[in-house]
Amino acid sequence: MDFGTVVEWRVEPGDTVERGDIVCEVETQKGNIDVEIWESGTVEEIAVPVGERVPVGQTLMRLTTEGEAGEEEPAGAEDLTGAGEPVEPVVEEAPSAEEESADREPVVDEESGEEEPVAQQEEGLERQGGRGRGSPAARKRAAELGLNLEDIAGSGPDGAVLLEDVERADVDRGESVEEAPEMHPPKRRVSPVAQRMLARHGLEGAAIEGSGEHGAVRRADVEAFLDRREADEEQGDGEAKRAGLREAIGEAMARSKREIPHYYLEETIEMSRTLDWLGDYNEERSIAQRLLLVVPLLKAVAVAAGRFPEMNGFFRDGGFEPAEAVHVGVAVSMPGGGVVAPAIHAVDQKSCAEIMTELRDLVGRVRRGKLRSSEMTDPTITVTSLGDQGVEKVYGVIYPPQVALVGFGRVTERPWAQEGMVGVQPVVTATLAADHRVSDGIAGSRFLAEIRRILRETEEL
Amino acid sequence: MKRDEIRETTLKTLGEVAPEIDPAQAPSGAMLREELGLDSMDYLELLTQLHEETGVEIPEGDYDRVRSIDEIVDYLVEHASEA
Repeated sequence: MDFGTVVEWRVEPGDTVERGDIVCEVETQKGNIDVEIWESGTVEEIAVPVGERVPVGQTLMRLTTEGEAGEEEPAGAEDLTGAGEPVEPVVEEAPSAEEESADREPVVDEESGEEEPVAQQEEGLERQGGRGRGSPAARKRAAELGLNLEDIAGSGPDGAVLLEDVERADVDRGESVEEAPEMHPPKRRVSPVAQRMLARHGLEGAAIEGSGEHGAVRRADVEAFLDRREADEEQGDGEAKRAGLREAIGEAMARSKREIPHYYLEETIEMSRTLDWLGDYNEERSIAQRLLLVVPLLKAVAVAAGRFPEMNGFFRDGGFEPAEAVHVGVAVSMPGGGVVAPAIHAVDQKSCAEIMTELRDLVGRVRRGKLRSSEMTDPTITVTSLGDQGVEKVYGVIYPPQVALVGFGRVTERPWAQEGMVGVQPVVTATLAADHRVSDGIAGSRFLAEIRRILRETEEL
Repeated sequence: MKRDEIRETTLKTLGEVAPEIDPAQAPSGAMLREELGLDSMDYLELLTQLHEETGVEIPEGDYDRVRSIDEIVDYLVEHASEA
């Protein structure tokens, strides 16, 4: 992947941005990505307009950082590439937000197209599966320009039409027809508020019908247009997204099985104390504050992972890099098939209530296709939990470049012997898939035992 | 709230929580988890939103009484007056 196209700016010069804000959306062959800013400050300049296709390493915007107002701001301005590595408007392999926040820029990069875990490739997977299909940005632009997508040759995967194809088709048409609509938009009345919204969404040339006096375009018209566009995109993209997602999962998992020498361990954990703890917790709280069982499971894995650095990090360039924070990738199934594992950050440092809030938000955004670039690249370890409808055991496939995955099956009642007595108890099977290049069975065994201890003692949940 | 209103609210909420399900087509006796494929997060979201809409808060101990659309409607009708 060498190029990307900015399809939407969500900020404009003069706007104040906070670290973590989404500043723009970039279309790549691997899907659309929400690009986050890594420093707070004021937007100085947008360097790449909507629709422009730019190579890896291109500066996207310039930022005046706090305390440097008026200066030529070094951090925000420099290339937006961080340490001068090749950068491209595609998700990058950020090991952790904490580690790199100071130098990170609203550009996403990756060192090699193969280096990323599946989760990175999922968001908004606009990668197109079928012929004649186009990315949302391409479709939107084609609609604005009055072009038929079917008539445009696509340069994306499987002939998918990308934004740049539409722009090229428009230029070609402009040459023969003499007037490209976007170059000479018809005069129309637009309210100042609507004008700002149009500019913000890069829709200056869009054919939006006005409902105001003399057909003036008002705020409500722009909002209605945006709603319609979103609805259209959601409907049309489902199938293509699923095909692209399946392909992305396949690539990452094939690479995992090809490169990572997995070893597997499992441990059956008696869960009565954990479930009592959860029941007591939930009974005291209103429905909106209740926890799902997966929350203490995530917490236990994260706390344990903090104590076993060889389970938490990345295997890259022939070596292991332990991570400083524990960002847990949570496997979430997509509506219609496929799975993604975006990160909840610093899970070991958070309360179960906080983890639940973030999980709720994350699952909601997975369903709506609204993940952030950092969430897709940050996981340092993955947890998959099959929930109460699943089977008893799951043997996971590690998401490269991570080195471990913990799986939980369904909690089920089993005869359980304890202190010479047999009783019926709820149990869950925890499995570990880990990378033998980094750890071995002894360490893995201690890691699973630590998870068991944390779940059963409950004090650290 | 009347039974019809509660049913309508339940179907609308189900459609929001699980857009892949068409509530109008889903058999109202079908098990939400096992047959309609709601996961634990969807299910919790459904009950949370129904609490907001109807004021009825279903305790965790009663989850096995609210497994289908019909059961949810019955439960909400029964408890709506108390809410």
